[in-house]
Amino acid sequence: MRLVACVNHVPDTETKVKIGADGKSIDRAGVNFVINPYDEFAVEECLRLKEKSGGEVIAVSLGGDPHKETLRKALAMGADKAVLLKDDSPRDSFSVARALADYLKELSPDIIFFGKQSIDSDDAAVGGMVAEMLGLPSASVVVGLELAGEKNAVAEREVEGGHEKVAVSLPAVFTAQKGLNEPRYPSLKGIMGAKGKPIEEKQPTPPQNKTEVRSMQKPHAKGAGKIVGTGAGAVSELVRMLHEEAKVI
Amino acid sequence: MKILAFAEQRDNQFKKVAFEVIKAARKVADEAQAELVALVVGSAVQGIAASLGGYGASRVVVVEDPNLALYSTTAYAKIIREVANKENADVVMLPATAMGKDVAPRVAVRLEAGLVADCTALTVEGGNLVATRPVYAGKALIETVVTSPRKVFTLRPNVFTSGMSNGASATVERVAITIGDGDLTSRVKEVAQSSGKLDVAEADIIVSGGRGLKGPENFVLIEELASVLGGAVGASRAVVDAGWRPHDEQVGQTGKTVSPSLYIAVAISGAIQHLAGMSSSKYIVAINKDKDAPIFQVADYGIVGDAFEIVPALTQEVRKLSGK
Repeated sequence: MRLVACVNHVPDTETKVKIGADGKSIDRAGVNFVINPYDEFAVEECLRLKEKSGGEVIAVSLGGDPHKETLRKALAMGADKAVLLKDDSPRDSFSVARALADYLKELSPDIIFFGKQSIDSDDAAVGGMVAEMLGLPSASVVVGLELAGEKNAVAEREVEGGHEKVAVSLPAVFTAQKGLNEPRYPSLKGIMGAKGKPIEEKQPTPPQNKTEVRSMQKPHAKGAGKIVGTGAGAVSELVRMLHEEAKVI
Repeated sequence: MKILAFAEQRDNQFKKVAFEVIKAARKVADEAQAELVALVVGSAVQGIAASLGGYGASRVVVVEDPNLALYSTTAYAKIIREVANKENADVVMLPATAMGKDVAPRVAVRLEAGLVADCTALTVEGGNLVATRPVYAGKALIETVVTSPRKVFTLRPNVFTSGMSNGASATVERVAITIGDGDLTSRVKEVAQSSGKLDVAEADIIVSGGRGLKGPENFVLIEELASVLGGAVGASRAVVDAGWRPHDEQVGQTGKTVSPSLYIAVAISGAIQHLAGMSSSKYIVAINKDKDAPIFQVADYGIVGDAFEIVPALTQEVRKLSGK
């Protein structure tokens, strides 16, 4: 099986966002970038599928040179190959998906895995767009995946208040949700091995964005409210405030 | 401008967010002097379609097929595209739900349209739509415009208010679209509902617990309070990672971003990634024994003290208030 994990390189969750000089994006100074947390589940699932059914795992990322760090992480976890679609111009989801789809078309993978969303733009769109561009079925926000022969799979996806079991024919695109698996830590051998593996660089389709960010702001800072009191004695006053002032209960 | 608004149903019942999307689309249509048509897709939905009139849709298109009793990303994408084309709609609005977020990217590709996901505000400026949406789980907000001729927006649940139905009835038109096996290469076979469990992403009240609760067995306190409030149980990343609670309850940057009317954070210190996911809640209550915990910086009301004493007292007091 040819298994592809698409990975993104994003600010970690500890990042305190500062607005950059352009007023449209974040100030990247001092920000620690990591592999997108959901993409780790994607890489892990590809590795597990390979361990069960054989094949190769290819990690693909679109972005500038810093994305190599994330590709190395995927290699250290056990991916066989890494490809950087090298371009650091600003792109919206459509434009990212177009570049990935154009590249993946040549590769014709059996399974393409994404994280369910990148924790920077939070669009949760690229996986579904790539599936549509390639004419492939998909299941998003997947917490379980079982292959049924070579041509079919059953994915379990998370929906509001429950789960859906989705029958999907292969090849297909999946997006991974937390809970799908427990990503492995790269072994020392894996880390050393990853240093020697080449990262193939490709020129992606130029960006053709369909959306434009006009401005970025910090949300209105919610000023600290009042401490109603200390201990269980403050409870009746809190309930009165929620009922009479806030009118939410 | 012509807007196609997708009204989500499950089990032939509209979800609350369906009315929110219709009402939001109505407001935009009024401001932009645009036409609005609603779309309902399912196996037996004609009977409920007219009720969308009460939220501002005077025309509703219904696509019914026995194969559509359960959701299919591939079939829904085809239907939405075909109806958008037939109606000459240049704007498609969907809810940012599990279903809407799944199908919207496909719809955008089929319509060669820019997609703005998870919008929290939509305004009309000079005939064009300007969308506001959170990024970095709400650590920042962006204003975005779509530059392609056709545009797709998904709207975050619980943000756009639907109000009550005014009782008006919409004109319902059936449109036949053939759904064959080739359109069902991805289809839901089975839905497992967590029995009666309200999802944090849809709840109007959320009670969340953190590591300060000391162990999974103590979440019964959180469950009881959530139950008397008619709310959902949420959890911090620390307790989900520790395996105390399922990950679908996690609130924060690697969990769900929520905007309920009331968010009660119990024994949660308030890590930045947690605050990002809940600070847009209308009212926040913090209960924590550390008076310097960051959670108090975003809370409207705080009680400093032991959750094991405060939460049962709060449950009791709410019970008294509601007469339960």
